Amino acid sequence: MIRIEGLSKSFGTTQALRGLSFEVSKGQVVGFLGPNGAGKSTTMKILAGFLVPTSGHAYVGERDVGVDTVATRRMIGYLPENNPLYEEMMVVDFLAFIAEVRQVPADLRAERIRVAVDRCGLKSVLGKDIGQLSKGFRQRVGLAQAILHDPEILILDEPTSGLDPNQIAEIRGLIKELGREKTVILSTHILSEVQSTCSRVLIINDGKLVADDAPERLTLGAEGGVITVVVGTRLGVGLDEAKVRQALAGVAGVTSVESADAEGPGTAGFKLRYGRDDPRRELFEAAVKNELVLLEVRRQHVSLEETFRKLTATDPSGPRAAA
Amino acid sequence: MNPTLAIAKREFRTFFSSPIAYIVLGGFLLVAGWLYFGTLFLAGQASMRAFFAIAPVLFVVFAPAVTMRSIAEERKSGTLELLLTMPLKDWEVVTGKFLAALGMVAVGLVWTLPYPFTVASLTAPGVAFDWGPVAAGYLGLLLMASSFLAMGLWASAMSRNQIVGFIVGLLLCFSFYFVDKFAILLPESIGQAVEYLSVDFHFENIARGVLDTRDLLFYGSLTAAGLVLTTRSLAAARQ
Ligand SMILES: Nc1ncnc2c1ncn2[C@@H]1O[C@H](COP(=O)(O)OP(=O)(O)OP(=O)(O)O)[C@@H](O)[C@H]1O
Ligand SMILES: [Mg+2]
Repeated sequence: MIRIEGLSKSFGTTQALRGLSFEVSKGQVVGFLGPNGAGKSTTMKILAGFLVPTSGHAYVGERDVGVDTVATRRMIGYLPENNPLYEEMMVVDFLAFIAEVRQVPADLRAERIRVAVDRCGLKSVLGKDIGQLSKGFRQRVGLAQAILHDPEILILDEPTSGLDPNQIAEIRGLIKELGREKTVILSTHILSEVQSTCSRVLIINDGKLVADDAPERLTLGAEGGVITVVVGTRLGVGLDEAKVRQALAGVAGVTSVESADAEGPGTAGFKLRYGRDDPRRELFEAAVKNELVLLEVRRQHVSLEETFRKLTATDPSGPRAAA
Repeated sequence: MNPTLAIAKREFRTFFSSPIAYIVLGGFLLVAGWLYFGTLFLAGQASMRAFFAIAPVLFVVFAPAVTMRSIAEERKSGTLELLLTMPLKDWEVVTGKFLAALGMVAVGLVWTLPYPFTVASLTAPGVAFDWGPVAAGYLGLLLMASSFLAMGLWASAMSRNQIVGFIVGLLLCFSFYFVDKFAILLPESIGQAVEYLSVDFHFENIARGVLDTRDLLFYGSLTAAGLVLTTRSLAAARQ
């Protein structure tokens, strides 16, 4: 359904995409991940037909988006990053305008608008100016605009950014529902969103594809994991964090120690990474030896977050790198 | 509905829902009226000639004021991305914007119609008022406005700042108005060439009631050039 071949894009001296290639087959819901500036939006803009690539091709259903511009755009519903809308228009006028420009046949127009309004829960704000809407409702208008012509493909650039948890859940539900009948590519920085809505994850970094798999496989395939611990001293006072850190780093099997949330005064939290061997027994011994109590020990398999960080770590002095 | 017309319709409605529209239109009518009634009462002349003589200068300001927002605002607010991912060609977007702008100018011109009617009512009894030059003058104004608007659109497409769009448009239109003003000082051959480039020169021909293909061709080409350049600016925005 979507095929991207050796896509490169430069903006002046910045190279946003460096030979990106992937395919998405019909009916897949694909999560597009990557750090800020990785090139997610750039890829989506090229697919949607806004930007022209410097080299390479993007195909939608066998047609090149750079050649059959009008035909390919017709197949796509696009929610741009930041969701630009005509602020001074009323919601209902805006949707009518989109239906006209999208050439929805006149006899279907009212019905299509009704369906989009229903699905996105816009009934109560139809007569309001878009500029007066809350962020959540704006986002819904953006989505309604994208699904209005019932496209086969949806390209959604950060559809849930800036929404409250309830709205996020609602929009995710909507995307899931749409994903049953459509091919969807969505970008996000919320990794759990990918796990809950997508059947496939693409991670890009610095304009290149670094991972392409099902979300479960990306988390289970890797070895090792993370143990979150919260420690205190046996007396409840006089905790020396640096010393504890040293002790934890010395535990057999632990490969790195990072600070994590504590549980109030006199305690300290750490994240311990381990490789093949589970270090929990050694950890207990070490705690006893150093007169520490383990208030919490929680083991997690490698999370999608870990995989993401590992694959996209370009800057060794990145946030909270192990000391 | 044709998507080009849908864009034109939206643009037209948006224009008239903004206060800027009323300032621009009001300013235009005020100055036009002042010029017109000034000659009517001061010179005691019941004719549209003074109005048509000054109208080109008025349009040098009015046309870029109408188009300044057109594309600059879409660039600034990001809606250009929405518009340029709709299933239509760039030239159709530009044509839609252009038609809307022409519509706005037409509305402005309709509001000046009371002037010729006043003039007609003031002609001496028994003397038939000659509507020919008036009709020709209005046609000329529309043609001239087309070329100015096309240049104004291009100016608006160059920047995301509408004030910059206005000033660049103003300068462009002004140079096509001003170009023949020193033609007398030039050698005759160059003078004629320069005259041919002048928007004002062709307008005077048409306003005299002479419909020459050369004049029509001039406005047609200038308009087309502006629209092509605007389309190219949009293509550049996709880079
Ligand atoms: N119009 C532009 N002009 C210049 N540089 C640009 C432009 N658009 C994007 N870039 C650059 O291209 C790179 C990729 O940007 P892009 O917006 O695709 O990243 P992203 O993956 O969507 O990031 P984010 O997660 O922050 O949305 C960045 O370095 C960005 O600065
Ligand atoms: Mg982005």
